[in-house]
Amino acid sequence: MSEAFSQGLPVATRERPATRLVLTLFTVVLLVLFLLLPLAVVFTEALSHGLGNIWDSLTDPEAITSIELTLLVAAISVPLNSVCGVAAAWCIGRFQFPGRSLLITLIELPFSVSPVISGLVWVLLFGANGWFGPMLDRAGLRIIFAVPGLVLATVLVTFPFVARTLIPLMQEQGASEEEAAITLGAGFWQMFWRVTLPNIRWGLLYGVLLCNARAMGEFGAVAVVSGHIRGQTMTMPLQVEALFNDYDWVGAFTIAGLLSLLALVTLAVKAALEYRIGERSGALL
Amino acid sequence: MRYARLTRRGALGGMLGTLAATRPAIAADVTLLNVSYDPTRELYRAINRAFAEDWQAKAGQRVTVNQSHGGSGAQARAVLDGLQADVVTLALAADIDALARRGLIAADWQRRLPNNATPFTSTIVLLVRKGNPQGIHDWPDLLKPGVAVITPNPKTSGGARWNFLAALGWAQKQPNATAATAEAFLRDLFHQVPVLDTGARGATNSFAQRELGDVLIAWENDAWLARKEFGAEAFEIVYPSLSILAEPPVAVVDSVVDKRGSREVAQAYLEFLYTPKAQDIAAQNYYRPRDLAVATRYAERYPELKLVTIQDFGGWETAQAAYFADGGLFDRIYTPGK
Repeated sequence: MSEAFSQGLPVATRERPATRLVLTLFTVVLLVLFLLLPLAVVFTEALSHGLGNIWDSLTDPEAITSIELTLLVAAISVPLNSVCGVAAAWCIGRFQFPGRSLLITLIELPFSVSPVISGLVWVLLFGANGWFGPMLDRAGLRIIFAVPGLVLATVLVTFPFVARTLIPLMQEQGASEEEAAITLGAGFWQMFWRVTLPNIRWGLLYGVLLCNARAMGEFGAVAVVSGHIRGQTMTMPLQVEALFNDYDWVGAFTIAGLLSLLALVTLAVKAALEYRIGERSGALL
Repeated sequence: MRYARLTRRGALGGMLGTLAATRPAIAADVTLLNVSYDPTRELYRAINRAFAEDWQAKAGQRVTVNQSHGGSGAQARAVLDGLQADVVTLALAADIDALARRGLIAADWQRRLPNNATPFTSTIVLLVRKGNPQGIHDWPDLLKPGVAVITPNPKTSGGARWNFLAALGWAQKQPNATAATAEAFLRDLFHQVPVLDTGARGATNSFAQRELGDVLIAWENDAWLARKEFGAEAFEIVYPSLSILAEPPVAVVDSVVDKRGSREVAQAYLEFLYTPKAQDIAAQNYYRPRDLAVATRYAERYPELKLVTIQDFGGWETAQAAYFADGGLFDRIYTPGK
């Protein structure tokens, strides 16, 4: 990301100072209007009735369940999509095979489909009237309107993030370093841990962060499969909507603020890791 | 790098450990799931607490009633798709009939409890902003130029269907009314509707919180609650010259309680709704109680109104097919974005 920007810079510096100032101001105003202002609203509303109310909202059993559930859903779907994403990107980046472009299209499919549809397909498959519904019912298994449904919907929606970030990166890097490792006698896993993974680690981290942010924030797909059972199948975004409709503004904005904080923490972790590993990058490469 | 990986794994393990440890703490001796429509959130929160005490005393069992809320039609759809509701408490009989047709509930469900299985009723009123700036006093005032009317989508919301029928009832009762004049009235009315929310509470929020529109067609209980939440001076309730007796019924979902073995407590829960205690809670939450003693106690809150009933429209089965099914009256009169 940052390389792309710095390569673009010399062109920008040839512009007249006035043009630069206008463009910069425009960007700053947009940032404030569309990013900082909503964020400020979330925190002001949450704090509008004092810290005590925030504490009450956060310690409410329903709120705790929604936080746990969101973390659980992310803890399952993000690693799963990371492993699948790396495997898919490696196949696509390294090999030519029939159906390769079809595979790329399939991976990107969740991007082009509305999240509501991504939720609905699971209802059509596993709902009581779905293809496998009666079978699951006999076995006493609950997928839709239960935690597995929330995980499935989230996995489907967040599937492309890691793969999509890694595919261009791995295509650009080419296979030469890996071929050298194999020629020098490395096994597959040795090559993977020593060559492939270190080369893609920034892209991977970036993809994982995007994937995680979406997994925690997803609304449409999980709304379809959740069943909206209070304190049972409500993830944080669903809980925000429910509290808002309960006229519980403080509660709604507290959970929304917590979601925003999670996003900010994710950013901070990314920055910290970049700094830490950047310092030692010489030793690792 | 190794350090970072180890701590990340540790954090994940800790997180999952916490989840496993906290989950069973919520579990009680017996749980029920009440799948309800949108504006009953506050009502059932209070009733569930009272029922838990009552059942503990009677049966010595701890009961937790879980709640799910949404547009009545959407909720019925979820139960059809396998949402494990022990009881459904929906906005209108047609949505429970849909479950009965698919065999989830016995066909005679409305005869299994008193008053057509409707423990309390409500009606449809008009909620306007402070001082009634548009001078709204009755249904025809909604057609005044520039008046924006907020009502949810009858396809997904039960309250919206009662709203629709209340307006239709008024139009049909006008001198020289014909099917054509009633249809024209509704067509003009929905011309004034800028947006259709999926549920009644969403519509109330559009009107009260987001300050959209000049009039909200609403459940009487939701209109009173909005006044309580946003301040009594913020809104005025206008009782039209004619409205509808809105009967939100309740039923045990036979297929679910038989599988879960929860029939006894589910049945007791619905019967509890008819007790003076629950009737009083209903009245406190601005529903019209069936219990005469309770109704008298809260009489000054509920003005006498001329009401049509669903029977005036031939019952829900007929009304549903004629007005709300695909190609019905609503589809004919409503064109989005116009």
